[in-house]
Amino acid sequence: MSDLVPFSDLLQFLVSGVTVGAVYALVALGFTIIYNASDVVNFAQGEFVMLGGMISVAAVSAGLPLPLAALIAIVITAAIGVALNTLAIEPARGAPVVSLIIITIGASIFIRGVTQIVFGKGTHRLPPFSGDAPLHLFGAAILPQSLWVVAGAVAIFVGLWLFFTRTLTGRAVLATSNNRLAAQLVGINTGFVMTLSFALSAGIGALAGVLITPITPTSFEVGITLALKGFAAAMLGGMGNPKGALAGGLLLGLLEALTAGYLSSHYKDAVAFFVILVVLFAFPRGLYGSNPTERV
Amino acid sequence: MRLSSKQATLLVLAVLILVSPAFFPSNYYYRVGAMVFVNAIAVVGIAILTGYAGQISLGHAGFVGIGGYACALMPLHFGVPPLLAVVLGATLSGVIAWLVGRPILRLKGYYLAVASLGFGVLVAMVLANEGQVTGGPDGIKVPDPGARAWLTGLGLELSNAQFWYVFTGLFLLAGAWLALNLNDSATGRALRALHGSEVAARTVGVDVARAKLMAFVISAVYASVAGSLLALQNRLITPDVAGYMHSIELVTMAVLGGAGSVLGAILGAALLTLLPQVLTVLQDYEHVVLGLVMMAVMIFLPAGLLPSAQRFMRGRGE
Repeated sequence: MSDLVPFSDLLQFLVSGVTVGAVYALVALGFTIIYNASDVVNFAQGEFVMLGGMISVAAVSAGLPLPLAALIAIVITAAIGVALNTLAIEPARGAPVVSLIIITIGASIFIRGVTQIVFGKGTHRLPPFSGDAPLHLFGAAILPQSLWVVAGAVAIFVGLWLFFTRTLTGRAVLATSNNRLAAQLVGINTGFVMTLSFALSAGIGALAGVLITPITPTSFEVGITLALKGFAAAMLGGMGNPKGALAGGLLLGLLEALTAGYLSSHYKDAVAFFVILVVLFAFPRGLYGSNPTERV
Repeated sequence: MRLSSKQATLLVLAVLILVSPAFFPSNYYYRVGAMVFVNAIAVVGIAILTGYAGQISLGHAGFVGIGGYACALMPLHFGVPPLLAVVLGATLSGVIAWLVGRPILRLKGYYLAVASLGFGVLVAMVLANEGQVTGGPDGIKVPDPGARAWLTGLGLELSNAQFWYVFTGLFLLAGAWLALNLNDSATGRALRALHGSEVAARTVGVDVARAKLMAFVISAVYASVAGSLLALQNRLITPDVAGYMHSIELVTMAVLGGAGSVLGAILGAALLTLLPQVLTVLQDYEHVVLGLVMMAVMIFLPAGLLPSAQRFMRGRGE
């Protein structure tokens, strides 16, 4: 092995880092949307990604075309997100953080358990959307599916940005996340905003699951890791900031890929947590986080 | 003579430990009982951190792992007697908790949760990946401490399961006694004060950072001792004990029974340890039931089972 690291290797790591990072960014975005609407960190976020993958796999193997299967997966997962809000989060409104953490972790274990009963313990994969012949760029191989993942993430981020800044409903969501009571006073239906946020967040998670399943196989267990990584990404960018979610996700994906490439693939998964600890020590509210004073 | 509530709690606990074997259908249940006690020791530590001081940790299984591996690795690599390794492991956990706790306890709520979670996951990863030292993902054998043989030499014949039932039961009693004493001490008052409001506690002169750090270190020592006892009892330790799911289980046990009370925490540990035993019949549904229990208790009985039950009884008595 030569000491000089070829440029193509670096490029290859960057490509896989951006691909994984785009998925982390979507999971982090899901965290952010729910956190902004309800101040809840939803530990079941990873299960939405898992459900997106598992349901679309089941629909495809039932003979449905891929776009329809993806749509079904997203709609069902969004409905599960709404159910989570209605059945578990709303009834515990105002509960301490510890209780909310236990509730959403309970929900994630429950969803995982049900998935295991319905779909079994096997590992599944979707066929790539447009073939698996890699494109070559300066010696790095790029899977067409990577482009789908990145394009999907970009589309979601642009779409959401337009939604939040250009539509009345989107602004209502923003208003609610800024100040729920004030939003209620000006006539915003904050209950609907909560429902919408959980549906959006779950749907985005499911889409991420559909996009990544041709590259990384899915099973009932993949949700935990994804949730933790997405959580790390969201924290890295500063909880509650969509731009932070994007930056945090990409940064985490790149760091992971570079660690796996140059240091040790065993400790690839450790990067997320190491980064969390370092960032939280240095910036206790994340890179883009605000620093509100505590009200007594 | 009237018993104080502390003495009453310890008495109830001691009687439960002594009387339960009368209802054991087979020797196997001594083992289950010892598992309950081991988990309960760790959960009493969580009760101090979460119930008294109001701080959350999703990484305490990391300390369980450190305590467990201390009993495997110190005898193997340095020839330390296993029972001394329990003490050294607890000391090491305390020191690590002190070092890690100083920066992460500045964080609050979700940030503290995720930082502690990160710590626990890193410990589990090191234990799984450094195979040459730790034996890797399959775990490592733990030597016999020889205490049972010593008792046999004194003429006290106990089966292996019975010995561990008594041994861990004594540790649990000691742990509960210390936790109850702590609650009555100045530190305990400081912890409860900062639980209520950090700003208010600081205003009346509580060194908030020091009090939190103390709760963190103490709870880490509890978790470490539990890990050591688990390792010695099973004669085997695997990296899973340090994992994310185990940390979650510990917190769930504490909150389920009622983190504010030592007895509640022990009740929670007993229920969640027994649940899989009951559910072996429907093994596939274990996660579904566990998830439902976690959600339902937090929604309907947010204070936990025991405090809610006590309030109910008191309400009826009036």
